[in-house]
Amino acid sequence: MSLRNRELLNLIVVGALTTIGFASVYIARQSVVSTASLSYAAFFLALYVVAHLVARYAVPYADPYLLPMAALLTAIGLTEIYRIHPGDAFRQGIWIIIAVAVFAGTLVALRRDYRRLESYKYIFGLTAIGLLVLPALPGIGTTVNGARLWIHFGSLQFQPGEIAKLCLIVFLAGYLREKREVLAQGRLKDFGPLLVIWGGAMLVLVETNDLGSALLYFGIFLAMVYVATGRLLFTAIGLTLFLAGSYFVYTQVTHVHERVTIWLHPWTDQKVYCALTGHTALRQDCGSYQLVKSLYSVGNGGFGGTGFGKGTFETAQGHPLIPDLNTDFIYSALAQELGLIGISALLLLFMVFALRGMRIALLADDGFSKLAAAGLTFGFALQTFIIVGGILRVLPLTGITLPFVSYGGSSVVANFVLLAGLLLISNRANAPRDA
Amino acid sequence: MNRQITKLAVASLILLAALIVATTYSQRWASASLAEKQDNAIQRVAQFRIKRGLIRAADGTVLATNVRRKVGGQTLYFRRYPTGRLFANLVGYSTQARSRAGLEQSENAYLTASNANLGTIFNKTLDKLKGVTITGNDLILSARPRIQRLAMQQLAGKCGAAVVMNPRTGKVYALASQPTYDPNLVENHFNQIKAPGAPCRPAAPLLNRATDGLFTPGSTFKVVTATAALDSHKFTPESTFYDPGYCVEYGKHVSNAASPDGPVESFGHPTLAMGLQHSINSVFCNVGKALGAGTILEYMKRFGFYKDPPLETPANEKVPSGLYHSGRLFFPRNPATQVDPGRLAFGQETLAVTPLQMAMVASTVANGGVAMDPGARPRRRPRRQDHRPRPPERAEARDVQADGQRDHLDDGRGGQRRHRRRCRDPRDLGRGQDGYRGNGHLRDQHDLVHLLRAGREPEGRGRGHAREPDRVRRHHRSADRQAADAGGPQPEVEQIEPWR
Repeated sequence: MSLRNRELLNLIVVGALTTIGFASVYIARQSVVSTASLSYAAFFLALYVVAHLVARYAVPYADPYLLPMAALLTAIGLTEIYRIHPGDAFRQGIWIIIAVAVFAGTLVALRRDYRRLESYKYIFGLTAIGLLVLPALPGIGTTVNGARLWIHFGSLQFQPGEIAKLCLIVFLAGYLREKREVLAQGRLKDFGPLLVIWGGAMLVLVETNDLGSALLYFGIFLAMVYVATGRLLFTAIGLTLFLAGSYFVYTQVTHVHERVTIWLHPWTDQKVYCALTGHTALRQDCGSYQLVKSLYSVGNGGFGGTGFGKGTFETAQGHPLIPDLNTDFIYSALAQELGLIGISALLLLFMVFALRGMRIALLADDGFSKLAAAGLTFGFALQTFIIVGGILRVLPLTGITLPFVSYGGSSVVANFVLLAGLLLISNRANAPRDA
Repeated sequence: MNRQITKLAVASLILLAALIVATTYSQRWASASLAEKQDNAIQRVAQFRIKRGLIRAADGTVLATNVRRKVGGQTLYFRRYPTGRLFANLVGYSTQARSRAGLEQSENAYLTASNANLGTIFNKTLDKLKGVTITGNDLILSARPRIQRLAMQQLAGKCGAAVVMNPRTGKVYALASQPTYDPNLVENHFNQIKAPGAPCRPAAPLLNRATDGLFTPGSTFKVVTATAALDSHKFTPESTFYDPGYCVEYGKHVSNAASPDGPVESFGHPTLAMGLQHSINSVFCNVGKALGAGTILEYMKRFGFYKDPPLETPANEKVPSGLYHSGRLFFPRNPATQVDPGRLAFGQETLAVTPLQMAMVASTVANGGVAMDPGARPRRRPRRQDHRPRPPERAEARDVQADGQRDHLDDGRGGQRRHRRRCRDPRDLGRGQDGYRGNGHLRDQHDLVHLLRAGREPEGRGRGHAREPDRVRRHHRSADRQAADAGGPQPEVEQIEPWR
C-alpha cells in the first residue's frame, strides 16, 4: 500500500471515530440520535480528504501518519469544544477550514524546495520579534487575563506569538546550520546574532506577561543549540541561567511570585490577600480557583471517565465551574470525560506524533531540515508538556494552548503550518533520489 | 547530529510520559482526597446526578430522601429531610452550595455507590452501561426516632447534647444536640439558620455538641476515677476517708458541693462507696492524690479519651476528650508535676469532654467493664433489596444476641473491633473485690440507657470547687458552618459553659 493510501485509510478511521464521538456528545446532550449530530463529522471528514488530496499532490512521499494524527487530535478537540459550547465549535470549525487552507497553501508553495527559507533566516528572526511586539502596540493589542498576547482587526482576534514561534524555529535552524561548527568551538562572537534575536523575543514575552511562551521559546532554543552543537555544556549553562533568572524574577516580580505560590500552595486554610478582589479570601476561591477546579475535574474522571457529554462543567443552575475550559483547560475537561484510559491514549497520541517528528529529523539529509524538524517537534512536545504539566501541577500554570486540541484560531493555524513543515521535510527525506 | 536528535527524542518522550504519570496520580491516587475537598463543586454537582441512597432510622422512618428536578436538560436529585431538625446534627446534609455534613458526608461514598464493594461496583457499572440513573445504597441507622425526640425535647431551650446508647452492642439510639437546625434550609435559605433564643453564644446550631462540643465533665468523671481506684487495687469500696467538707490541695481548701438547702456538706468518715453515691469531692480529691494523675490518665485512655470517638460521623465533626491547654489537646509528659490530681479526680483541672465520651464511660461500666465502640450505623443495606424495615424489637433482639455471642467469642482475645478493653466496674462498689465479671453479667438486666445533659451550671452549685477553666476551643469547621453559627461575622472560638 502506498504511503498516501495508508494516510487515506487512517483518515477514514479517524472519520469513523469522529462520528462516534460527535454522536456520543449529541446523544448525551439531547437524548436523541439525529443526522444533525453527524453533520460536524461529515464536514470534518470531507475537509481532511481535501487536505489528503493536496498532500497526495504536493508531498507524495511524506509520513502517512502525521496528518491522520493531527486530524484525530483536532477531532477530539472539536468534539469536546462542541460538548462544552456548540457555538465555539462552529467558530473553531471555521478556523480549521482556514488552517487546512493555509496548510495546503504551504505545501503547494514550498513543495519544490522549502530549504530556500534558510536564505531568509534573518528576516524570519526579525519577523518573529515584530510579531511578538505587535500585541504591545496601542490600538491593535488586546490584554486577556493579564497577558497582552492578542491583536485585533475589527472582530477578528489573532495571537501572533503562535506564528512567531515558527519563524523563530526557522531562524534558529538556518543560523545554527550555518554556524554550528564555530559555535561548537565556543566562539562567543558567533553567539551574538543568536542572542540578540532570541533575547529580544524573550524580553518581549516577559514584558507582555506571556511566561508560558517564554518558557517554550527558551526550551526550543536550548534544544536546537544542543542538536546543532552537540555540547551539553551549553544546555547546562542555559538551564543554570534560566533557573537563576527564574529565581530572580520570582523574588522581584509580583505576578510571577503569585504564580509560583499558587502552584506550590493552591489550597489555604486561612484567608489570604486576593489581588483580584482586593479583599481576603481562601486561595482556592481566588488566585488558584482555576487550577483547583481543573484538578477536581481531572480527579473526577477516574479510571474510565464519565463519558463524552457526561462530564460536570456547570453548576445545577448552569453557571460554568471552570473558566476558560475550552482553551487553557480543555485537557481537564477531556480528562474528566475520557478518564485515565482515554486521556492516556490522547497523551500516547502526542508521544507518537513527537516520535514521528523526531524520526523525520533523523531521516532528513541536511542540517537545516534536521534542525527545523527537531525544533518543530520538540516545540510541539514541550508546548504539550507546559500546558498539561501546568494543569496537573507538575509546573506553574501558564496560559498556552494544547496543540491541535484547544479552542483558538491562531493556535490551530500555527499547528497546521508546523504539520506542513514536517510533511515537507519528510517528503524530501523519503523521496527517491531521482525524484 | 543524529545522536543529539535521538537524545532529544528521548527527552520529549520523557516529558510526555511524565504527563501520563501525573495524570495517573491525579486520577487514581489523589482522586479520593480531591473528592473529599469541601470546595469540590464538580464532585458535588456530579453526585447530584446520582440517586442518592435513602437514610432510614431503625424503625424504617425515612430521615433523608431525594427530590427529582430537571435542570438544564439534566435530571438532578436534591436531598430532602422529612424529619427536619430531629436528626439534623447526626444525619447532616448534602447540598450543592454548602457541601455536606454529618453522615451525609462520612457515608457519602456508600450513599452514592462510590464505595469499593464489589456488588456496588457491579451494579454501578451495569447502570452506566445501560445509561440509567445510578442509584446509591440505602443506609439504616440504629437511631430510634422516639428516643431521639424525647432527648431533643429534654434539651429544648438549652445548649447541650444527649447520647443514648446500648451498652452491650454500642448502638447509638439517640444523638441529640441543641440548638439545632433544619437541614432543608441549608441549600437555599442558609441565612435563616439561626438560633436566636439559645442561651449560649455563639449558638452554633450546626455544631454537633454530642461529638464535637467540649464540656467540663464535673462529677460524672468520678466514675473514671473510681474505676482507676478499684482496678489499681489501691482502694476497696470500703476504704474510708476523713471528710471535713473539703480537701487540701497545695495548701488551699477545695470544698465539697453545697447542699441544695444548706451549706457545704461534710460526711465525716465516708467509704469510697459512699463517696461515689453522694458525689463527695473531698473523697475523690484524696483518691486522686493517692493515685496520681498518671494513673487516672491511663484509665482515661482505656475509656477512649485522647482519641476521636469511633462513631461514623465525619472526622471534622468529632473531637477527642482529655486535658486541654490553650485550646489544644494536652497529654502531660510528666503528669506528677503538670496536672493537679485532686481536681482531675472529680472532673475539673482542664478536662474537656464530649457527651459521647461520657456516654461511652457509662456504657462501659454498664456492660461489666467491656467498652463497646458506639455506632450509629448498625448495618448497611445494598440497593435492590427488600427495603421494608424489620420490626424493631425483633431486629434488636437478634442484634443483641449476635453481639452477645461475639463478645463471648472475643473474651480474652481482644481481636474484635467492638471488644476494646476491660475496666473494672465501679458498680461493684460494696460487693467486695471481685470486680471482674463475665460478659453475660448484664444479659438479664435492662439495657442501660444513659442520658447526658450539658448545660449551664445552676447558681450556687459547685461554688468553692476548684477553678473552672475557661473552656475555649477552636472548632475545625468549614467557613460555611462557621458563618451560619452566628449569622454574621463569626468568631472561631466557642465558650462552653461548665456543668456539673
